Amino acid sequence: MSMLVLEDVHTHYGKIEALHGVSVEVNKGEIVSLIGANGAGKTTLLMTVCGMPQASSGRVILEGRDITTEPTAQIMRSGLAIVPEGRRIFSGLTVEENLHMGGFFNTKSEIRKSQSHVYELFPRLKEREHQRAGTMSGGEQQMLAIGRALMSRPNMIILDEPSLGLAPLIIKQIFEIIGHLRDEGITVFLVEQNAHQALHLADRGYVLETGKIRLHDTGKNLLANPDVQNAYLGG
Amino acid sequence: MAANNYRHALFCAIVTLIISFPILGFNLEAKGINITLTGATTSTIIAVILAAVAVFVFQAFRDSFMVMLGKLPNLNPLAGKEPMEQSKRVKLESWVLTGIVVFALFWPFLVSRGSVDLATLVLIYIMLALGLNVVVGLAGLLDLGYVAFYAVGAYTFALLSQYIGISFWMALPIGALLAGLTGMILGFPVLRLRGDYLAIVTLGFGEIIRILLNNWTTLTGGPNGIGGIPEPTLFGMEFGRRIKEEGNTSFHETFGIAYSGEHKVIFLYLIALVLAVITALIIRRFMRMPVGRAWEALREDEIAARSLGLSRTAVKLSAFTIGAFFAGFAGTVFASKQGFISPESFVFLESAIILAIVVLGGMGSQLGVILAAIAVTILPELAREFSEYRMLIFGAAMVLMMVWRPQGLLPMRRIHITLNKQG
Repeated sequence: MSMLVLEDVHTHYGKIEALHGVSVEVNKGEIVSLIGANGAGKTTLLMTVCGMPQASSGRVILEGRDITTEPTAQIMRSGLAIVPEGRRIFSGLTVEENLHMGGFFNTKSEIRKSQSHVYELFPRLKEREHQRAGTMSGGEQQMLAIGRALMSRPNMIILDEPSLGLAPLIIKQIFEIIGHLRDEGITVFLVEQNAHQALHLADRGYVLETGKIRLHDTGKNLLANPDVQNAYLGG
Repeated sequence: MAANNYRHALFCAIVTLIISFPILGFNLEAKGINITLTGATTSTIIAVILAAVAVFVFQAFRDSFMVMLGKLPNLNPLAGKEPMEQSKRVKLESWVLTGIVVFALFWPFLVSRGSVDLATLVLIYIMLALGLNVVVGLAGLLDLGYVAFYAVGAYTFALLSQYIGISFWMALPIGALLAGLTGMILGFPVLRLRGDYLAIVTLGFGEIIRILLNNWTTLTGGPNGIGGIPEPTLFGMEFGRRIKEEGNTSFHETFGIAYSGEHKVIFLYLIALVLAVITALIIRRFMRMPVGRAWEALREDEIAARSLGLSRTAVKLSAFTIGAFFAGFAGTVFASKQGFISPESFVFLESAIILAIVVLGGMGSQLGVILAAIAVTILPELAREFSEYRMLIFGAAMVLMMVWRPQGLLPMRRIHITLNKQG
């Protein structure tokens, strides 16, 4: 059963085509990793799923529903959550207020429930509940960004470079949490430059190069693939 | 180092001379129908030269001056103290506000008519600034045409009273709603824009409204404006010496007191006070509702806010509409207070002053904005003695303010950093 399907998606920025017909499939309950170099179009692919910018041709299907031309606000309210690149937490708001923003369209009791769930996953956030989010460390901010995305109780979560600029120990923690999310039944679509860890965790992986999918295999096979090793795993 | 200082000081002194000599050194005098240029008195010229010397000395020995200044004891008694606790602060703030309001209720009976009149104007500016605070301070949308909605409120009342004979109390909600509606209509096409672009477009809209009012002479009377706007009544009681409208009674006759022009002024002041308090309370309420948080989230990070499913247009439009609504409120009161309005009251300078109030007060902070509105409106009045230099003094005060407290008088504070002791 597929959660998210991209069928031959082309995306343009003005006249420039950034994605040249990308097809990706993410099944329910999987972790799928998308790896690729800088400028390969990884973030563009994610943003196309969210509808900003919208795909110029091809189809994006979320849980059987065609969302290609739906407005961003509507897509983001239908069981999909994203942890954007560079975290993008609301640095002026407190940790708790950030979380409440994540559950903006939920009822109060739902918010309370998901809030305590997030605090279980990240006890560190509970400690910092009333602290201004911008004053926390990078790792804590990343935890907050993931927690905020979980507040809407999504079926699927998209993570854009969650390991960016973090210490190795924190990266390990974050990846552990991502594995834990799958165990809870949340489908994960992970975009990473940190190919080794991303593929290690993933059920399947895609390699994106200059706007096209070059390779597609299970995470294990990709790790063993000599081309991938040369290009992304440092030989 | 020293030579460099002297060169810099000489430069500063010359600039002082270049700037001040043409302004102060010459006077235009009307002789018959001609205007002639005459030199100023020697004392003025000496003063200009002395000023240049003072600038030179200060710049040349700036470093030693600064060291001396640093040795002065700190005059701020609060400097060493810890910031107040959040709950305490909120309590204190609401006590201070209640105190101000109670004081403001009785204050007009103790002072002169002119002061009450000025205070009414201050209250109108408070309403405007609180409204703009939603747009600029909370939602982070730089609106340079805010005065347009003020004009819509004022003209709604003026036109409706002229053509239909509507009363103040009917016009108040209609003016505010119409201003809000205008805000929504104008807001819709422009809210895709951000930052500077939004500022320029709103500036344009502000001017369009003013020019429309100026040129649509058949409806608005153009630059001649509209006069004879009725004053508010108290349950059908008028405050004039004679009754203008049939069926109304007059205030002084009903209560059997002697007629006094002050009654009307004080009554208008009290209406403005009540409306300003209502404005503050409603906006305070909005700030604590989800929509208030959505404004702030959008200001902090638009992409993140959108990724959470917030609709950019809906959130921005709500801020724009609510801001415009309260401008309409203020406009109706203004029209009633003046009794006469013309497009001249709604020029860009007004937008700029309201924006200055919001920035000076500290974006997003209600108490700060209220204090700034009082300061900005009263300061030029107090400086009246300096006649032609008063705007100069006002400008200097603003510059100094922004240098010393760029975050505003009382910046919005939400924080509460609690440091947990941990290993």
